[in-house]
Amino acid sequence: MPLLEIAGLQKGFSRPDGVYEKVIDIPSFTLSERAQVAIKGESGLGKTTLLNLIAGILKPDAGSIKLMGREVSSLSEAQRDRVRAESMGYVFQTFNLLPAFTCYENVLLGMTFGDKIDPMFAQGMLKRVGLEARLQYYPHQLSTGQQQRVAVARALANRPKLVLADEPTGNLDGANSDRALRLIREVCAENDAALLLVSHDPNVLSQFESVLSLKELNQAGARSEVGE
Amino acid sequence: MTLWRMVIRSLRQQALSSTVAAISIALAAGLLMAVWVVKAQSRDTLTRFDAGFDAVLGARSSKLQLVLNAVFHLEASPANLDAQDYLDLQKNPSVELAVPIAMGDNYRGYRVVGTVPEMFTKTSYAPGRHYTIGKSGRLFDPALREAVVGSFAARKLGLRIGDKFRPYHGLNFNEEEQHDETYVVVGILEPSNTPADRVLWIPLEGVQHMSGHAAATATELSAVLVKLRNPLAGRALELQYNRQGHRLTWAWPIGATMAELLNKFAWFDRVLAFVAALVALVAAGSVLASIHNSMNERRRQIAILRALGARRSTIAGSVVLEAMTISVAGVVLGFVFYWVIMTGAAGVIRAETGMVLEPLAWHPVFVWAPLGLIALGAAAGWLPAWKAYQTNVAKHLAPVN
Repeated sequence: MPLLEIAGLQKGFSRPDGVYEKVIDIPSFTLSERAQVAIKGESGLGKTTLLNLIAGILKPDAGSIKLMGREVSSLSEAQRDRVRAESMGYVFQTFNLLPAFTCYENVLLGMTFGDKIDPMFAQGMLKRVGLEARLQYYPHQLSTGQQQRVAVARALANRPKLVLADEPTGNLDGANSDRALRLIREVCAENDAALLLVSHDPNVLSQFESVLSLKELNQAGARSEVGE
Repeated sequence: MTLWRMVIRSLRQQALSSTVAAISIALAAGLLMAVWVVKAQSRDTLTRFDAGFDAVLGARSSKLQLVLNAVFHLEASPANLDAQDYLDLQKNPSVELAVPIAMGDNYRGYRVVGTVPEMFTKTSYAPGRHYTIGKSGRLFDPALREAVVGSFAARKLGLRIGDKFRPYHGLNFNEEEQHDETYVVVGILEPSNTPADRVLWIPLEGVQHMSGHAAATATELSAVLVKLRNPLAGRALELQYNRQGHRLTWAWPIGATMAELLNKFAWFDRVLAFVAALVALVAAGSVLASIHNSMNERRRQIAILRALGARRSTIAGSVVLEAMTISVAGVVLGFVFYWVIMTGAAGVIRAETGMVLEPLAWHPVFVWAPLGLIALGAAAGWLPAWKAYQTNVAKHLAPVN
């Protein structure tokens, strides 16, 4: 059974002029357990929207999203929050660490809304990403590379089955980008989490064995491009 | 990571505005409690205190002026009554004790009141409480120029046993109007927490025959304090003095006279309640402003927490909890403010009226004011909480330049 199954997924938004514009129209997509897949796509094609739909942050207009065989798109918002808290990790381009919390507390936040809080595991994750000496540092006291490592530790803190990464190296320079990507992939593999990463960066994409094109996946994008 | 820790971190982030909001709650709590306690305790003192007497007989005037003057030593004496009126009253079989007082002089702003020794030997100013004179002191000899000084007046004037003083004419201090007579302090009253503490007591004849006082009025009295054998006899005497006579006023019962005055000012209580409600609302408004103004910068933080799995209700709850925390901190600080306000107010009120306020005496306001302010503060958190609840997660997760 695949970890993630998407079928007939559609999502659109009303433009300022009131016209409805379909952004996502994916007939079919599957992701196996522990798989690591990159989706390439230029800006504006709906990469973030797709991840937000999978994460349950957005509700699709139509279609099905199944996680571990469970239909999540029809769940209530609170239930989707629960699924996200228990089964998913999210790594953002801008890290999105909370500035008022220490590294350790940021990682704890990753498990706060899930099943249980495991301080030892949080410390272990920070040790794994090489920040055991920075537990009580605040984000502004860290380099951008270190901040992204905290974000990775946080995304894995709730022992997720699926990690979603949205341009996770977009704010890092070349060397840091490679290191961060390698770390994300290693940590996901060590924790038996599947990784679904979206990016437009060829350097990032080149490191994945499995790369899909959102342009091909997303019929809405294709139509939009044809229309242009 | 608990919700509580999230709230504390958020408060730390907004330290200045949170502190200002908490201080405004504290001021509101302190003011509310102080105003209510002062109001309640002064009402209680004014309506309950009767110096151990049932009634006051004085020259024709208002009952209130008579009571304020003779019992609380506050008002000016309306006029004098003849000594014969006192002697007639003394003979009345329903009168247990009649104590004449004469006033019209002061010593550096503190009243000099002439009276008879029975004022101290035969009265209890409250059930089971008698005026007592401190050790090594004694009661004045009615035939000599001796004085017993109230504890508060003695402390303020620096008078001790053996000290001498010369009274000044009038109830207000004017250093050009000093009498020739010199009095010796022979006793200091133990604190009674009554208006008597602010008085310098001398023999009745001392005031009556003070130099500069008209010789023709030397036997007149300012008022007579009366204790009845049967308090109900006061009704008959009221009829006799107030309805049938035109020269004298019979103020009975003393507490009811004061209650009548306070009832006339019931509107003031309503104004006070209205002002208190406004103060509380302004304080709650400061909590609302403090959190609401920071909502724009919080939206991204809220979106991140939502992306980590936090429910809308959790986020909204944390905002309400934050407002409640500010209110609780304010209320705790409010008790400090209350103490400061009461310490100042009690000193002024005691100096001006002799009334003693007890800041630590129990009053329901210590429960309802803090709880009300906490509830109001929490309610003020609902608007920003609603905004937090409505935060568009996808929109606020988007990278910012």
